[in-house]
Amino acid sequence: MTTARSGRDSQSVTLDSVRLGEVGIDDVRIHPDTLEYQATVAEAHANPQLAANLRRAAELSSLADAEVMAIYEALRPRRSTATELEQLAQSLSDRGAIRNAALIREAAQTYERRGLLADPTT
Amino acid sequence: MIGRFRFMDEQPVNLDGFAIEDMTLGLIAFGSHSDPSPSLVIDDNGVVIELDGRAAADFDIVDSFIAAHGIDIDSSAQAMALDDVEFARLLVDVNVTRAEIVRLAAGATPAKLAQVLALLRPAELVIAMTKMRARRTPSNQAHVTNRSDDPLLLAADAATAAAFGFREIETTVPVLGDAPSNAVAVSIGSAVGAAGVLVQCSVEEALELELGMAGLVSYAETVSLYGTEQIFVDGDDTPWSKAFLTSAYASRGIKMRVTSGGGSEALMGAAEHRSMFYLEARCVALARAMGAQGVQNGGIDSASVAGSVPGGVRSLMAENLMVMVRNLEACTGNDALMSESDVRRTSRTHPIFIAGSDFVCSGFGSIQRYDNMFGPSQWNSEDIDDYLIMQRDWTVDGGLRSASEEHVAALRRRAAEAVRDVYQWLGLADFGHSWVEQAIDAAGSKDVPAADLMVPLEASRIIRQSGVTMLDVVTALDACGYTLEASRLLDMLHARVKGDYLQTAAIFDEDMNVLSLVTDPNDYAGPGTGYEVIGERLVEINNVRQQRSVGQLRAEQAQGFSAALRVIGRAGIGSDPTEVTIGVSAATGRHIWTTLSGLSVVDVLDELLAGLEEEGCRGRIVRINDTVDLGMIGLSAARLSGSGIAIGLQAKGTALIHRRDLSPLANLELYSVAPTVTAELYRALGSNAARHAKGATPEPVRNPYSDMAIEARFHTKVVSLVAIERTCLDPTLGPEELELQR
Repeated sequence: MTTARSGRDSQSVTLDSVRLGEVGIDDVRIHPDTLEYQATVAEAHANPQLAANLRRAAELSSLADAEVMAIYEALRPRRSTATELEQLAQSLSDRGAIRNAALIREAAQTYERRGLLADPTT
Repeated sequence: MIGRFRFMDEQPVNLDGFAIEDMTLGLIAFGSHSDPSPSLVIDDNGVVIELDGRAAADFDIVDSFIAAHGIDIDSSAQAMALDDVEFARLLVDVNVTRAEIVRLAAGATPAKLAQVLALLRPAELVIAMTKMRARRTPSNQAHVTNRSDDPLLLAADAATAAAFGFREIETTVPVLGDAPSNAVAVSIGSAVGAAGVLVQCSVEEALELELGMAGLVSYAETVSLYGTEQIFVDGDDTPWSKAFLTSAYASRGIKMRVTSGGGSEALMGAAEHRSMFYLEARCVALARAMGAQGVQNGGIDSASVAGSVPGGVRSLMAENLMVMVRNLEACTGNDALMSESDVRRTSRTHPIFIAGSDFVCSGFGSIQRYDNMFGPSQWNSEDIDDYLIMQRDWTVDGGLRSASEEHVAALRRRAAEAVRDVYQWLGLADFGHSWVEQAIDAAGSKDVPAADLMVPLEASRIIRQSGVTMLDVVTALDACGYTLEASRLLDMLHARVKGDYLQTAAIFDEDMNVLSLVTDPNDYAGPGTGYEVIGERLVEINNVRQQRSVGQLRAEQAQGFSAALRVIGRAGIGSDPTEVTIGVSAATGRHIWTTLSGLSVVDVLDELLAGLEEEGCRGRIVRINDTVDLGMIGLSAARLSGSGIAIGLQAKGTALIHRRDLSPLANLELYSVAPTVTAELYRALGSNAARHAKGATPEPVRNPYSDMAIEARFHTKVVSLVAIERTCLDPTLGPEELELQR
């Protein structure tokens, strides 16, 4: 059995249930536990980096589409100040997204060294 | 300039650009003087503090990310200490497992792997690729686009691509605003064509993610990586933003791979004096570090830049191998057209084709060149038959299969009608009858004048504004009676929930089984192992629609039957000195009625007789039933001839003049190339035979010249025709006299 993000058994999402209007978008979205499981599979197949990616994905699976898009935008070159990135990392960390928070903090350090932070004066 | 060079200059290959190596511009495939020597220093905490000659304080963004995430500390000491030649030999040693190479490569820096892979010669690249690709079963990806973003044509062409066996379809747009409509139309078309075809719409990163989140596409590929910081930032991204994007796709259960390719940095003028291959080695290491499951590389948009320098095409293949060695899915370029020359573009693809790849092309242009909104591909719709026959020639699985005209016609109709009905049901557009019919029949968008450019734009606006998702498309398909396609697209949504296709090199077979590094691992370990073309797949590859049997040829020949030629009795020896016999082969007038040039046997005989008569001779037709050899047919006929001269004619059209005192293989004149012999030439042969009979001087007749591949065109027919001739042999029959009613 595979559980969708909504908690529904994926097997129950049939064409009949679609026809009856009983299927929402969360019924066809992946559950973080499934991503964690896929991470263990990737690890067992000699790709710890793919596993790490899938674990970051598990954290993101509970975020709304718009927030995910906004974080991507914030990580693009010269979009964010060090403070903004730290606030973003903290906010994610507060919600348990510690791996993504770590990635953002790492980005902030490198961006600072390489001049890729936003200018706080503009 | 002399004629020889004027002529050579006119050849297509000379439209291609060729550059003198220039390290300062990055115009060098392998081994620039500025490429660093491999080095790796790790401190006591397991932190990389030097990478390929650069200290941590000087790391650019690419170094930083690779150092932080991309080096396996456990295997690094062994990998970095291994001699380059020794390492390279492991790649082609069938007794060393793929897993062992993958383990070592994980600890190798970009510069180390670049030096090692540069040592592999082309044939060694083929062996290494055969062994190192992730998935056992090869596959292929198609481009499906058109100039007008016509949803009906996109659907029909997507169904066609799926019918020909492509397991991934990539679309894009000439007009960005059309992207949602394209994604929907191609998804519907692909579902009509086959189950389990993955679909992507290549557009700007944020919009592509949005389409993915709405379920309107099932994978993503256009996440570009670059080997220098400058180009990365010019592309408005960093390794961290791209890594985040990678996770964002996975968080919605969507497969994705990244894109890079040698020559891109040189093309954008910031190669930092490095070689293309070293910079690509950085991209591939970065892809692995980010946790992407796969890479599309092999030049891609800059393939012709790599192709312009010495060893450049070789480096493109080495890039693909680099991806495999890093245990990632390889989508191996053969994408943007890199030469005007058919010879060169085939040469560029062929080693990868025979080695096998997760996706041989990262975009086979399954549509017309002019409709390809990525630009023409290395392989295009005009090449589909070539590609299918190359598979058959080499018994190689390049991911494609034959499809019959009836099958494709039915799929195109269903795909276009499904899009018409779904768009109407969702209130996206109304399509007129002629548009639908034109799209079904079209070879390309030029055949669809009814297409309205505003329709995809308006449909896309509604899709975005009202938040149409793939669930709505499934509902609409079902409501419009397309239950099969609705369930196929619902299956693709289920696949996102299960997540098995997030693993490396995943595709679906037509029963929705995932084939990936996990479920279908490449187990090549020398002859007799690994993927083999067998069983149903072998039959599929061998049975191209162009093949013919002797039986089919016999039936075609029977259609040319003529009652004008009939047997009137046994042939005796003539005594008239103006008589010239025409000796015909045993199948003439029995089973073979049409010569290879397309003339009927009756017409050929008529011309020969007329030629004889023009010179005052008389022809007599005799059928020689005891040999298929034309020399013997002519000689046997000459021995029956009153003048001692005969014409020999095989039913397939080969003809000669013979004389009774010559040896069988000697003859007076020969038309050996039957497909090129015209009615006029047969008449001239008749005249000359008469002149030989009278002792006059014959007019020299030249065999007509042709630059056709005569043997390729006709030899299979010749084999069948000779086989038919042989079945007609009956030595007990003796020579027969035939009469031609004129």
